[in-house]
Amino acid sequence: MFAILYVLVIAEPDDGTGGGWRTTNFGSALDDPGGFLQVLLDALTFAGLLFIVASGFSLIFGLMRVVNMAHGSFYLLAGYIAYEVQQSMTGEGFSIPGSEVNTWEWVFPMIVAAACVALLGLIVQQLLLSWNQGEDLRQALITIAVSVIIADQVIAHFPRTGVFEVGGGNAVSMTWPGWTERFVDLRLWGVQYSLARLVMLALGVVVGILLYLWLYRTKTGMVIRAGVDDRQMTSALGINIQKTFAIAFVVGAALAGVGAVVGSSQGNIASGQDTQWLLNSLIVVIIGGMGSLLGAAAGSLLYALVLTFSASYLPIIGTECCTNYSIVITFALLAIVLAFRPQGLFGRAG
Amino acid sequence: MSEPLLAVEGLCAFYGRAQILHDVTFAMGAESVAIVGRNGMGKTTLCAALMGFTPPSTTGSIRFEGRELHGKPSHAIARAGLGYVPQGRRLFPSLTVHEHLKIAARGGDGGWTIERVYDLFPRLGERKRNGGAELSGGEQQMLAIGRALLGNPKLLVMDEPSEGLAPTIIEVLIETFQRLEQEGLAILLVEQNLGVATSLAERQLVMVGGEIALETTADELARDQELQRRFLGVEPVARETA
Repeated sequence: MFAILYVLVIAEPDDGTGGGWRTTNFGSALDDPGGFLQVLLDALTFAGLLFIVASGFSLIFGLMRVVNMAHGSFYLLAGYIAYEVQQSMTGEGFSIPGSEVNTWEWVFPMIVAAACVALLGLIVQQLLLSWNQGEDLRQALITIAVSVIIADQVIAHFPRTGVFEVGGGNAVSMTWPGWTERFVDLRLWGVQYSLARLVMLALGVVVGILLYLWLYRTKTGMVIRAGVDDRQMTSALGINIQKTFAIAFVVGAALAGVGAVVGSSQGNIASGQDTQWLLNSLIVVIIGGMGSLLGAAAGSLLYALVLTFSASYLPIIGTECCTNYSIVITFALLAIVLAFRPQGLFGRAG
Repeated sequence: MSEPLLAVEGLCAFYGRAQILHDVTFAMGAESVAIVGRNGMGKTTLCAALMGFTPPSTTGSIRFEGRELHGKPSHAIARAGLGYVPQGRRLFPSLTVHEHLKIAARGGDGGWTIERVYDLFPRLGERKRNGGAELSGGEQQMLAIGRALLGNPKLLVMDEPSEGLAPTIIEVLIETFQRLEQEGLAILLVEQNLGVATSLAERQLVMVGGEIALETTADELARDQELQRRFLGVEPVARETA
């Protein structure tokens, strides 16, 4: 019920601003439906990426009550690993033309990167977190330490190829497979839209469906949902919750890896993005509620809509002004959610 | 009997610096034992300590079939043969009835199966697909019991199973417990409701201020109104016998 209210409240000014103010990047949705559709698709496809990264974060947060502060660092590391793997598969070059990259040369780096950070996640969980069971603050501090170490090591050692000297954490990009590098004619108001971005959305949906099947159709998934509800009671049923934690951590970290590959293909990967993606994940979880798949989806969607629409539809005065304030609007969204539903849209109180 | 089923010795429990249990010592065989006492006397803490929950932090010894369980993680304690039916049921709101039973099922030969639980509580079978929160209080309690049984426990630790239930439902539950007892299941019942406690267990341990203050029998407890007033602070249940 609240969710609908929020969507209404938030969605209204988006359309309205476009109509009421003359000086936006796009005309109102009525005058310029093509522009509106483009922004909407930008938002949806970004939400797909957000969901991939944040769902893993939410899973860990909800089940273990551990804010995995290293989630962003996993993302960063995975992005660079995937980049290096792709470079070595296709031959070096700062920017590889998409036509030289086939699907496997995109998917394989993703598998390698996801597996690497999944393994790293497992090590962190088993070696550092498992014996601090129940010490939530200590666990959060440990993950901060891990995050700082990874981020600095990434700066020290990456990127290794395609640049003049090794290290520095400079921005590099993965390359989408060639077949995605074209625009699709949507046959709607003459909009041509990037196939790669649509693939990004599709991947988000696929990850969502797979997670749903895992959480709702398998016994491990049921145990995870039970654990999110009540860890103690779950272990009192004879279930070794530590094992479940490890599985969740592996999957959560792997999702950060998958997200990193998608994100660095669409944009780039550079040091500093670790904190940015940690923040993104936190915002999604705060909006959606921790440990809830639906919450992660709703949080990603709302966050992406607000961010994208406010960036496109806030009035432009002079050359700069208000589009820079889109991040402020995002935090207004956070404030509204926290004011009315502190546990998040789909979170459980307590 | 050589080795008691459960032998608790010198069990102390602390929440932070507050000591809740003081040297709790008792033993029980394959029988039903009730622990009665007022609110805040440490009954639920005793259950938490038995099940290996942390907090509380505990010292002392909990031997089950001769094996030391103190300090073991909850899942190991459950697998050793302790089933737990907690106060307030603590069902999982995001799981359906059937899912509750599915994750609890341990399998093994001759043990409890999901079908057997549905046979025991036909009403749960009718509500397979419902969420834990959509059940009535009685159905929730049935599910909490069924869930615990699926671990094939030798001892069922039940914390206030009658709390908040209608008298007719309580009667059904007592009958069920008696049936389970006949099948050889030991029950450690923590109860405030004297009627339930005395109709189920012969041995009654009275808990006051985190200690077992005295042990008595169901008959004595039901008869002795002075005892009831002093230790339990309840109005006597057996008013008509006075």
